[in-house]
Amino acid sequence: MNGLQRRNRNHWVRLLFVTAGMFGFGFATVPLYNKLCYAIGLNGRVANEASAVKPVAVDTSRTVTVEFLTTVNGGRPWKFAADQAQVVVHPGAMTTVSFDFANTQDHAIVAQAVPNIAPPDAAQYLRKTECFCFSRQSFAAGEEKHMPVVFTLDPALPRDIDRITLAYTFFDVTDVAQKN
Amino acid sequence: MATTHEQHGHDAHAHDDHAHHGPDKGIMRWIKTTNHKDLGTLYLFFSFTMFFIGGIMSLIIRAELFHPGMQFVQPEFFNSMTTMHALVMIFGGVMPGFVGLANWMVPMMIGCSDLALPRVNNWGFWILPFGFAMMLSTLFMEGGGPAGGWTMYPPLMLQTGNAFPFLIFSVHLLGISSITGAINVVVTILNMRTPGMTLLKMPLFVWTWLITAYLLIAVMPVLAGAVTMLLTDKYFGTSFFTAAGGGDPVLFQHVFWFFGHPEVYILILPAFGVVSTIIPTFARKPLFGYDSMVYATAAIGFLSFIVWAHHMFTVGMPLAGELFFMFATMLIAVPTGVKVFNWVATMWRGSMTFETPMLFALGFVFLFTIGGFSGLMLAMTPVDFQYHDTYFVVAHFHYVLVPGAVFSIIAAIYYWIPKWTGRMYNEAAGKLHFWLSAIFINLTFFPQHFVGLAGMQRRVPDYAVQFTDFNEVSTIGAFGFFLSQFIFIFNMLACCYGWFGRKQTAPARVWEGARGLEWTVPSPAPYHTFEDPPQLPASEVTGVHDAEATHH
Repeated sequence: MNGLQRRNRNHWVRLLFVTAGMFGFGFATVPLYNKLCYAIGLNGRVANEASAVKPVAVDTSRTVTVEFLTTVNGGRPWKFAADQAQVVVHPGAMTTVSFDFANTQDHAIVAQAVPNIAPPDAAQYLRKTECFCFSRQSFAAGEEKHMPVVFTLDPALPRDIDRITLAYTFFDVTDVAQKN
Repeated sequence: MATTHEQHGHDAHAHDDHAHHGPDKGIMRWIKTTNHKDLGTLYLFFSFTMFFIGGIMSLIIRAELFHPGMQFVQPEFFNSMTTMHALVMIFGGVMPGFVGLANWMVPMMIGCSDLALPRVNNWGFWILPFGFAMMLSTLFMEGGGPAGGWTMYPPLMLQTGNAFPFLIFSVHLLGISSITGAINVVVTILNMRTPGMTLLKMPLFVWTWLITAYLLIAVMPVLAGAVTMLLTDKYFGTSFFTAAGGGDPVLFQHVFWFFGHPEVYILILPAFGVVSTIIPTFARKPLFGYDSMVYATAAIGFLSFIVWAHHMFTVGMPLAGELFFMFATMLIAVPTGVKVFNWVATMWRGSMTFETPMLFALGFVFLFTIGGFSGLMLAMTPVDFQYHDTYFVVAHFHYVLVPGAVFSIIAAIYYWIPKWTGRMYNEAAGKLHFWLSAIFINLTFFPQHFVGLAGMQRRVPDYAVQFTDFNEVSTIGAFGFFLSQFIFIFNMLACCYGWFGRKQTAPARVWEGARGLEWTVPSPAPYHTFEDPPQLPASEVTGVHDAEATHH
């Protein structure tokens, strides 16, 4: 092997490592992106788990309208609705709202609700202590369920936000649940 | 590692004795070849086959859009045509076209005998026909070909039927092919230049390909990762992009465009190199601002990594993100403007003649700039909300890709075909080809600006009746452009095979204003060139620095 061939080999081996590194980077974007989203509330995503909420002074100087949207994904015939289209709250106050779900199918299902918040800037100020979205929900054939959500808005919520939309989408994860 | 060719060339044979190591006979020559010129030829023929197939797909699209309402095809098939047209043209037409040019010209321009890894070069090419056979076979499967757009956004793409795994694996194969080609080009350029050819004396085509190759190495693996995650989401229950399991479909768009934006520069940087080679030849002046051309290319390469989200302004990003990506995108206009002004300055007070390669290069400068301006409009976040996913976007990227990238490939082939085959092409047919192409391409895509601004959506087989006139013009243009290309194909095949009594009479320096090592070898170029590194005479240095240029 002469000098040129050795240099060539060293060079392409290095470039092959770069290739492998970039392939890995593609996968690494998933945890990186999730961390980033939760850290700064990017894309309206919030940590899908109960928050520890410290009692704070209720900011009675302003009100915020919180609207609720419900969607069933993938054309499933389930009934899913919020009991109230919207509530008007003071930041800092604990609020309980409720949702109704009916499995209109003739077999048991497992479903997962995924929350999203608009505007995205508000995501990090909405804290939930109880939500049906924290875990998968099992429903027997024809079962109806009344599900409460307890939330509060951090009084640090920017003053220009006076309307927040909290959207839930129910996904059918029966197949995935059976595999696990 | 050692190839027998190189060993023979250096040790055993006299350099003008080509009888012993000329090409093999028959089909095995093309299957087994490791010769950069053979592989360049194969790449170019493959590229034109794919341009033909992708062109047929675009004609199906345009025929359906000739009138509103459904005419010829089912909506699902229409969607698979838009999807496959993009994949075939990008990965099968433009990229192999430029790789073919790099195969032919990079070793001849830098004075080395072949690419650094000739066997890998052969594999890199022969992966392609299999990859595309797999991709095109999906059109005949139950459920049809992929129809979710070439950008493969989930969750829509995950609804693809049997075609899905074939699409993913073919994208993997095309990625492997591109990466091997890119590694080969980088190693060749950095290690095998003839003595005296410093980096800043390299022809600009070599420079643009060096930067293109780095872009390929950086982003093709990211695409491979992204589509692999799609595959496991569909078949193995992972949730990289599935919302139900905690994934985010928007992330796929980020990852895809982290690949996709550098990809569009992969498609255009070699075109800049070709145009920077042709304009000085026919203006009979050294390229104006060589150094700034190199730095502008590098700047574009760098910026391409930090602008990806301008493809997804409407996805719901924070304001700071929209502003960042808007300004970063507009910044790209600066190095691109440097290039356009340099080309114009090269022509300034030059002794210009207008042979076919020059016509296509000039068409490139003019029409690519139009595409650049519409890109600048799309870069503005507030107005992009109006333009997003309309025919304005279609008009924009076709202006930079067809009269941009494709015109430059055509220009390069006219420019170098006498060197490759020893036979001059027919100038009258070439000029006719240029004017028909230039007229029909504008007829095709210029009206799409108007219908796009008026709100006609892309990727939809039907449209509102008020758009009918412009769409009819567009369809006529598309058929005219497609048919015009046969003039080119016959002209070039006649050079290859000596039809119409064409003789191999081209001189070594085909164009009097041409400079560079490739013009110091006879026409047609011998099967093996520069077995020993040649001298680099000052007169053949195309990369003339500004200070030197003014002294001459």
